[in-house]
Amino acid sequence: MKTEQEGIIKIVVDRSRCTGIGICESIAEDYFEVGDDGALTLIRGEAVPPEELERVREAVQNCPARALSLKVEK
Amino acid sequence: MTVVANAPLVVIGASLAGMRAVQAARASGYTGRIILIGSEEHLPYDRPPLSKQFLLPDSQPDFLTVEEELRDELDVEVRLSSTATSLDPQAHVVTVNGELVTYGRLIIATGAAPRALPNFPTLRGVLTLRTLDDAKTLREQITPGKRIVVIGAGFIGSEIASSAKSAGAEVVILEAASAPLMRALGEVVGKVVSGLHARNGVQLHVSAQIEGLEGEDVVTGVRLAGGTIIPADIVVVGIGAAPATSWLVRSGVELSPLDGGIICDAQLRTSVPDVYAAGDVAHWPNLVMDSTMRLENWTNAADQGRHAAQSAVSPETAKPYSTVPYFWSDWYGQRLQVVGSAQCDEVVFVSGHEDSDRWVALYRAGDRLIGAATLNEPRRIMKYRRMIAERVSWEEANGLFPSINPIAP
Repeated sequence: MKTEQEGIIKIVVDRSRCTGIGICESIAEDYFEVGDDGALTLIRGEAVPPEELERVREAVQNCPARALSLKVEK
Repeated sequence: MTVVANAPLVVIGASLAGMRAVQAARASGYTGRIILIGSEEHLPYDRPPLSKQFLLPDSQPDFLTVEEELRDELDVEVRLSSTATSLDPQAHVVTVNGELVTYGRLIIATGAAPRALPNFPTLRGVLTLRTLDDAKTLREQITPGKRIVVIGAGFIGSEIASSAKSAGAEVVILEAASAPLMRALGEVVGKVVSGLHARNGVQLHVSAQIEGLEGEDVVTGVRLAGGTIIPADIVVVGIGAAPATSWLVRSGVELSPLDGGIICDAQLRTSVPDVYAAGDVAHWPNLVMDSTMRLENWTNAADQGRHAAQSAVSPETAKPYSTVPYFWSDWYGQRLQVVGSAQCDEVVFVSGHEDSDRWVALYRAGDRLIGAATLNEPRRIMKYRRMIAERVSWEEANGLFPSINPIAP
């Protein structure tokens, strides 16, 4: 399906800012999991399908360390 | 949104809750005027770093936004160094710096101000920490060898103690109760975390009754009941914060008789029409926790600020704000995380024990998991937050993770 803005939306983690606070996991536990060492894993990978975008965006925007962002990869 | 003849959405309080409110108002599709009013001279910035990394030399504050975002992306008018002094709910007017500002809907997110030691004379070297300016002053004072006495072993006091210790200061903490953090963690877990101080070279005195401060112009020590004097170059007072609501006393907005916080309903409406509240200032019935509470943590300020704006711009679809509280606190490189409530019938360590460097404590209320506290268990804590949200039984909660350390006898 062609959309106006073609491209894949991907989650970007700034590892220098992430300390594993875990609010992202609390909002979208299928995408984000903090490990025993405090490191964040993107469980479903970086790419976000359109139907999941609202929830993932909420997780991204609620990071207290501002370690998360979304980018469009064409 | 039907309002008083195109009158703006006004948000009083330009910190995290206020910032999230204006962001959420725009994200909800509100296109009217928004005015964000803050009493400090700074754009909204993050407070948690002020007791942590900001106290290290050469760090910069973490601003939550920049002028360009507020002006160009969010189209929000910001008024800094502007203090609200009264509210007239009938006229829909708030007085700010002597000027009348009309609102269609108002969100109060004025936070809380540090409590001062009662009845003690003012001496130089006695500090509190809430604002960026406070933190700059405190940072200058934290130097190797300085004797710093922290009054109050709460989260702020403990984090300051940790930062000061790592900067080479000599730190003593004085706590009035028999264990720190009794309200936030309960006595058992409070005692366990208090061990972190001693293990990291910071003295903690509990059941400390402070009789007075020594010093003429500058503080030189803290005098305890019984006569002991703890020498101090700097005294940091961290005995809690009181909601900043004295300006609302004659407004008709219902305030809590306990602490002056603003009484809200589940949708975050105050007792007067078109006025909402969010953040450290607000009491509200938290449905999932079966209790009314006021929270002073980052997670709540962010979520509640957003929710209050959603209620304010679309009152007809306003939903209850219901959340499992979550906060984290970093001491001596260790992370403490707490979800839910410590008001419980029983607390049990299901992993680790008081001397281990990682542990999980669960709190039971009736048959329900009501809270969890962990030290250095970042993988586990959010699973418990979900369990509390789902009202999972105590039995099921105990079975979630096998114990990785034996429980101490």
